[in-house]
Amino acid sequence: MTPHQGADSRLPAAFLQPGVSSFADFLSDQAPELLPARRTLPQGSAGDLAPHGTTIVAATFPGGVVMAGDRRATMGNIIAQRDIEKVFPADEFSAVGIAGTAGIAVEMVRLFQVELEHYEKIEGSTLSMDGKANRLAALIRSNLGMAMQGLAVVPLFAGFDMEAGIGRIFSYDVTGGRYEETAFHSVGSGSLFARGSLKKLYREDLSAEQCVEAVIQALYDAADDDSATGGPDLTRRIFPVVQLITAEGGRRLLDDDVAAIADRVIAGRMTRPDGPAAPLTTGGSAS
Amino acid sequence: MSMPFYVSPEQLMKDRADFARKGISRGRSMVAVQYADGILLASENVSQALHKISEIYDRIAFAAVGRYNEFENLRIAGVRLADMRGYAYDRRDVTARGLANAYAQTLGTIFSSGGEKPYEVEIFVAEIGDSAAEDQLYRLTYDGQVADEHGYAVVGGAADVVASYLSEHYQEGCSLTEALALAVSALGRSTNERGETDDRVIPVKDLEVAVLDRTRTQPRKFSRIGPARLERLLGDRGPSTANPVEEGADHPPGTAATDASPDDPKDPTDQESGDAPPLQDPVAPPAPPPVAPPQDPSAP
Repeated sequence: MTPHQGADSRLPAAFLQPGVSSFADFLSDQAPELLPARRTLPQGSAGDLAPHGTTIVAATFPGGVVMAGDRRATMGNIIAQRDIEKVFPADEFSAVGIAGTAGIAVEMVRLFQVELEHYEKIEGSTLSMDGKANRLAALIRSNLGMAMQGLAVVPLFAGFDMEAGIGRIFSYDVTGGRYEETAFHSVGSGSLFARGSLKKLYREDLSAEQCVEAVIQALYDAADDDSATGGPDLTRRIFPVVQLITAEGGRRLLDDDVAAIADRVIAGRMTRPDGPAAPLTTGGSAS
Repeated sequence: MSMPFYVSPEQLMKDRADFARKGISRGRSMVAVQYADGILLASENVSQALHKISEIYDRIAFAAVGRYNEFENLRIAGVRLADMRGYAYDRRDVTARGLANAYAQTLGTIFSSGGEKPYEVEIFVAEIGDSAAEDQLYRLTYDGQVADEHGYAVVGGAADVVASYLSEHYQEGCSLTEALALAVSALGRSTNERGETDDRVIPVKDLEVAVLDRTRTQPRKFSRIGPARLERLLGDRGPSTANPVEEGADHPPGTAATDASPDDPKDPTDQESGDAPPLQDPVAPPAPPPVAPPQDPSAP
């Protein structure tokens, strides 16, 4: 049934062995060539060979978390793809967005999705939010060798913690370091601009809709100043992928809903291209 | 000097089959019923945590009776096989037929190899398609035989009694409510020593029911039907009888290991368990640790 098993033989003993509930661990024993990180590369940098994904933004609101990503993948100065999707549901209550080498990142997300589902099926219970974040850290850590040759993957992980009842965001570095972020965070080439934008736009009492609008504003600001981040594509009607996660589970916002918000954002920018102005002093009368 | 006795291959296989069949017949029955929107699997199982029915993949479910440790191994192997194939190829390339074949080969090899104890299990592998006509239901026996079932199927203890009830009452294309009522009444059917039918109403808390539901919007079509929803779907069924074995048992479980009598349903492994305590329920609150946990500074 698998490449490693003849059609007429019994299941290998390793399949029947209890104790391993991690799919990645099982693969590393049984089919290491399927793991994204187990490849030997020739010397030199491979970073320019493959498309790179760019900006991912996440922000929490009371009762959940929103993650959004632009749709551009670049290869040097070339736009490799203008409708790539970089935000994926990891399981029912979490999402992962990827920045870095697109091919390896997408494969890593696929492995992470199976990893969470595999654990859930074998153990009969879901991993805790921290457990999921740690598993992702382990997957990134195993990619360190490739990261040093230019094929780095830096995801952003966000989800609704059922035990704590809040949305949580985790960021990572290429060595697998895991850092919990408060309120909002962004990764990728446009992340500096997106984070600066969110600093001015974000409030703790945003509703889900307002939070979605805030992250789309942030992506617009990132696209404004970073050539590798794609802005809303008005002629092709390509808009950011937005994943909204609450206690009811995660869902990807419909393209029409995102388009409506994006149109509103763009309409506002027609009169003020730099976006909404924040008051100069906190609590000042200018708000 | 002792001479080894000659045992004919027929006798050898028959002995092994009798052994496996005896183990299985001590357990409860499991029924699978096809309904309009999918496949329903139901069994009597007092444990809320140790499942006999589980999810293998998006559209594939696994259900088993017999020895818990043996079918749990097979279930985990199935999950690994399915996840590995889905990861290496695509999610749509994982099929119940492939899985049933792998199980059949495994069970068949174990059954006919002299060195191993035959598995005392019977298994369902069910898969739903886009329409009821594409649904697949495989029944596997301890010796690796595969049967492609349609409509309904039964494995386990009183399979013939339950199957005869189903054959009388099953209607193709029934709703979930009808299928559930049928499956639960079938499980409650038993015959006494005089061959008379004896129906009882199984309490909701002793039922384990799950469906593969085509109408679910998520890609994963497997869902368990919890006690609250079961209660609602089953409606009023009259007073329930927990399990007649406890009152009518002429010997406590475990005192006659080779006796082909129903087991103690309290035991999730479906085997006579003797005085050994049942497996710890992982959902139950854990016993206080022998050492004060470090995160609690107020503990003495």
